Amino acid sequence: MSPAQWDLPPELCCRPMAFVALTGLDVVYNAIHRAIWDAFCTNRRADRVPISFKVLPGDHEYPKCRTKRTSYEWYIPKGILKTGWMNKHLNLVPALVVLFYELDWDDPQWKEKQSECATKVEIVRTSLQGRNTKVAVVLIQKKTPLPPGEDLVASERASALCGACDLSGKSLFVLPHTDHLVGYIIRLENAFYEHAQTYYYNEIRRVKSHKEFLNKTTHQLLFVRHQFKMGFFSELKQDTQNALKYYRTAYSLVHELRAHETNMLEIKTMAGFINYKICRLCFQHNTPLDAIAQFRKHIDLCKKKIGSAELAFEHTAWMSKQFQSFGDLFDEAIKLGLTAIQTQNPGFYYQQAAYYAQERKQQAGQLCSHEPGVGYPAPDPLETPTGALDFYGQRPWRQGHQSIDPPDSEKEKQGILALQVKERDVLHSELIIALLSNAVAQFKKYKCPRMKSHLMVQMGEEYYHAKDYTKALKLLDYVMCDYRTERWWSLLTSILSTALKCSYLMGQVKDYITYSMELVGRGLLIVYKVDIVICDCQNEVPEPEPDCDPASVKMAQSLWSDRISLAGNNEFTIEVQDYVPFVQCKAKFLYPSFHIDEPVQLHVYVRADCPHPVRFSKLCVSLSNQEYNQYCLLEDASKEQDILEPSTQENMCLVPGKTRKYCFKFVAKTEDVGKKIEITSVGLMLGRETARYVYLNWRGGWGDAASSHETLQASRSFKRRTRLPEQQLDWDTVTIQSSTMIISRVPKISVQLTHEPPALTNEMYCMIVTIQSEEDTVAKDIKLTAGLKPGQDANLTQSTQITLNGSEVCDDSHPALLPDIPLGDLQPGQKPLYIHCVSTGSRILLFHVAYSVSATVEGKDITCKCHKDETVTLETVVPFEVAMKFVSSKFEHLERVFVDIPFLLMMDILSASPWPIELVNSEVQLASSMTAIDQPQSQVEGVTLQTSECASECFLLKCPPVQNGTSTVASGHYFISWKRKSAFAETSVVRTIVILPHVMVENIPLYVHAELPSFGRVRESLPVRYHLENRTGLVQDVEIGVEPSDAFMFSGLKQVRMRILPGTEQEMLYNFYPLMAGYQVLPQLNISLLRFPNISGQLLRRFLPSRIFVKVTF
Amino acid sequence: EVLCCANYPLYIRSVPTQGELKFHYTVHTSLDVVEEKISGVGKALADQRELYLGLLYPTEDYKVYGYVTNSKVKFVIVVDSSNTSLRDNEIRSMFRKLHNSFTDVMCNPFYNPGDPIQSKAFDSIVSTMMVQAF
Repeated sequence: MSPAQWDLPPELCCRPMAFVALTGLDVVYNAIHRAIWDAFCTNRRADRVPISFKVLPGDHEYPKCRTKRTSYEWYIPKGILKTGWMNKHLNLVPALVVLFYELDWDDPQWKEKQSECATKVEIVRTSLQGRNTKVAVVLIQKKTPLPPGEDLVASERASALCGACDLSGKSLFVLPHTDHLVGYIIRLENAFYEHAQTYYYNEIRRVKSHKEFLNKTTHQLLFVRHQFKMGFFSELKQDTQNALKYYRTAYSLVHELRAHETNMLEIKTMAGFINYKICRLCFQHNTPLDAIAQFRKHIDLCKKKIGSAELAFEHTAWMSKQFQSFGDLFDEAIKLGLTAIQTQNPGFYYQQAAYYAQERKQQAGQLCSHEPGVGYPAPDPLETPTGALDFYGQRPWRQGHQSIDPPDSEKEKQGILALQVKERDVLHSELIIALLSNAVAQFKKYKCPRMKSHLMVQMGEEYYHAKDYTKALKLLDYVMCDYRTERWWSLLTSILSTALKCSYLMGQVKDYITYSMELVGRGLLIVYKVDIVICDCQNEVPEPEPDCDPASVKMAQSLWSDRISLAGNNEFTIEVQDYVPFVQCKAKFLYPSFHIDEPVQLHVYVRADCPHPVRFSKLCVSLSNQEYNQYCLLEDASKEQDILEPSTQENMCLVPGKTRKYCFKFVAKTEDVGKKIEITSVGLMLGRETARYVYLNWRGGWGDAASSHETLQASRSFKRRTRLPEQQLDWDTVTIQSSTMIISRVPKISVQLTHEPPALTNEMYCMIVTIQSEEDTVAKDIKLTAGLKPGQDANLTQSTQITLNGSEVCDDSHPALLPDIPLGDLQPGQKPLYIHCVSTGSRILLFHVAYSVSATVEGKDITCKCHKDETVTLETVVPFEVAMKFVSSKFEHLERVFVDIPFLLMMDILSASPWPIELVNSEVQLASSMTAIDQPQSQVEGVTLQTSECASECFLLKCPPVQNGTSTVASGHYFISWKRKSAFAETSVVRTIVILPHVMVENIPLYVHAELPSFGRVRESLPVRYHLENRTGLVQDVEIGVEPSDAFMFSGLKQVRMRILPGTEQEMLYNFYPLMAGYQVLPQLNISLLRFPNISGQLLRRFLPSRIFVKVTF
Repeated sequence: EVLCCANYPLYIRSVPTQGELKFHYTVHTSLDVVEEKISGVGKALADQRELYLGLLYPTEDYKVYGYVTNSKVKFVIVVDSSNTSLRDNEIRSMFRKLHNSFTDVMCNPFYNPGDPIQSKAFDSIVSTMMVQAF
């Protein structure tokens, strides 16, 4: 028996379809027949009726029908179901035989053809003797038939043919061989389907009719058989609802059978078949819960029906198969659209199947471990005359036997032995792995990562048992990290032990060492043998793991010695971050930064968690700058000596549970100033370089797969730290500092800035930098960089200039930052600097003093570059504000000036500086459009302005005539030379330029001015002379009137109208006679120009004085 | 068999002790279902969530029950499926007892959350429960 013994027969698993045999078709040589056949069998989609067609020759021998039993009285059934029965009804006994015959209605040899056809029908009938199989005839015709009823010949001949062949009219068909073949075929097959259904209906009734002859005592088996057959026929009839009903009855009947050891297998086999059918139909009816419930019931009922104890593996194999086939059914249903859930998916069934397969393997191991001498029994008790069993689930050596005790105990023994020997050769592991991988695929689909891992572990273990160590290791390694991150140490331990065995047996030295290290390490539950580690360090083959296959061990040992003898194969680096090794390490720099003139200190803490002391031979730290690595190396000095030599060994030995600290010191290179030094890794070498050694590598200097959680736990811990004895450290308190910064030496100089803020705009602002060295040795190459601190507003850079020369004003060519002003060696002194700030606002100035000095660190002379930065925020303010205005000679504000009429330009200088400002000089540089009336001379020269004081000066100017009537002209520039009045430093004179405003110049047609004394006296004549000047080239008519005034009497023309020739001047003389003292308003002169009505008298009056002071006469 | 854990085991105990590893695997795999059940509940409903998750998944031999506290500490009880004396209500009350006892453990100022539970009181509660149940 092959492993496929337990597989369900294919005829059980397929979907039963009505079987229709087609005869009379020559599909090989006749093209028309071929086309008809193709139309039947190709492209059978779901919408076509479920029929399985077969072409058979006309004289085909159908299975013989046994003579009908008239009475069951003396009949004792030999088994439940014959092995051939399902196949017989699926593929051998047709529901309908269709005879194809080429015959047209108007065939000339109609008579002969008709009788030939009748003969053929008769032949078919004969071979179907005793069966209820229907026969139908299809006439293949070349002509398209006329509509029914029109062809009288046809109907007459059809009935004749029916009569000749003994056919009912319903069983005669016509197939015109025309264009619409497929359409005709579909109609035909629908008709066939109806016939087939009738056939199966009759079959069901026939089987049912047997029931009344049966009795419950002797015919129990037949009850099951008949129900099963009815179910099967119903399925063939496509009546799945009734089929399910019959199968369910059959299922309950099968469990009513008297079960004993001899027929247990048969009962279980049949129960399995029926259960399969029920579940299948339930899934088909989309009632998966029914299917699951049925299956549970089935398993519960059958679980305990083990049968023969000596063949217990058969039961587990059967159970495994039950689960597997249900899983397959479930999976198939899902593919057809059923949705499964996490807790109810085919994976569970495959898993259970795998579980039973494992059980089977175990039982097989127990039951089939015969003495080597025991061979397969001869003659073969499993041999049957036909080569197959008559009934499902029976023993080949006692077929048909239904009594409780086996008929021949010797034969029975032989049979069992034969089965056991067969079982011994079954590749159980393969079966288990296949089932497990099915389950893995399912659980992956239904989001069960842990279940998946668990199954993969099982697969790995199974591979291990199957001695496929490579695959085992691969699977185990894959899941190991899941368990590691989930921190299930108990599970990890068991996986690791298996993995360790695998790696040992494969001679994978590195894996072996890694796994053993992890097993010895913390967290794991079992205390593993520590001598592995010692063994690792020796160049020897390790002891074999317990419970290993002896043959494999032998092979492994030779593998190991091969590996060892190979040079260069004895060096292993293990990256610990993926594992939890038995040594922990933490490396830290003592401080986050070190000055260049002090040694960098590095501590490495190492702790062993294994139960025994461990020695290591080398501890090295690699840093980001590899040049320092040589200083961070601890090596076993007694390289060639015996390991047990004490001396330095003390230091290199790790005592379990105690933390050991190793200190390293080195002097950083001056080039590394400002750079970061990182611990890239810490390596710990176990073993010796001369032999095999393992190099544990902590990337970043600490941490393995478990430490991050441990650190978290430690930080949460409320436990009081017990004070440990001197020199001992609490592991958890060691913090990590995996990088350090090398920073420059602390400068021992002082930089002082002396200045008087705020700076004034445009001023050469003086800052004095005082550098004082406090170094023990000469400070060399002092360099000062001063200026605007980089990184500020770009506008500031453009508006700030720095110079050392305060005597001249800076321009744009001077930089904002003056770098590296050499100051020579240790010249503590002052350096004045001048800063020219063109814009206001605050700016940060940087003073950077760099120098070098030699120092001695750890006996090494190094030249340290030191620097000191000093920054100052400088506020710049405007020193003063200049306000300018144009006023008339009467100090009236002018919006426009008139040609040739003098006016005043007035400047107000308002000091905004907090410091006194000395105005050195001022000057007006007039534009060509203006002329000064007298020599303009500064009136503010030498004036010192305190804060918010104001200095004013004015200049008398006039405008020469302009081209057209009015225009805006530039006035020129105003220069103010000034300096800060300071006692602190010599300040330079700054010349500030102010642009004078533009002004509107206008021609005026008539100019009026008055000539009058500076004051009058009461009751004394006051002569006033008005000049009217025509400035146009035209004769002007002028009307002049003087308005009366209370304060004055006057004589002169009160109202006059006159003409003034071009360019001439008219004089008007009035004698005013003041009547009152004090400031008096003069009588108002009204002038109106007839030619220029827009020039009002009011405008002209501005040229005239309006008041006069009248003194009292005594 | 009573076990409780927060994705990694805080406390695991099983009787009989043989085949312990298998139970560990069972508990570990049951976390799949627990996580799925927790994540299935919307965030808004998380506060009103029933702590008792009921039967997690069926196996042939065991019934696995789950319980998750509001702080996502998971309790899992695995019982033999042949043990029919334990109804849902009993399991529920067992979980409640476990939870109370666990709360007591957490209240211990010397207990560091996340460390394996080594409490005699908890031990005895579990033991009595096991004696009663099995």
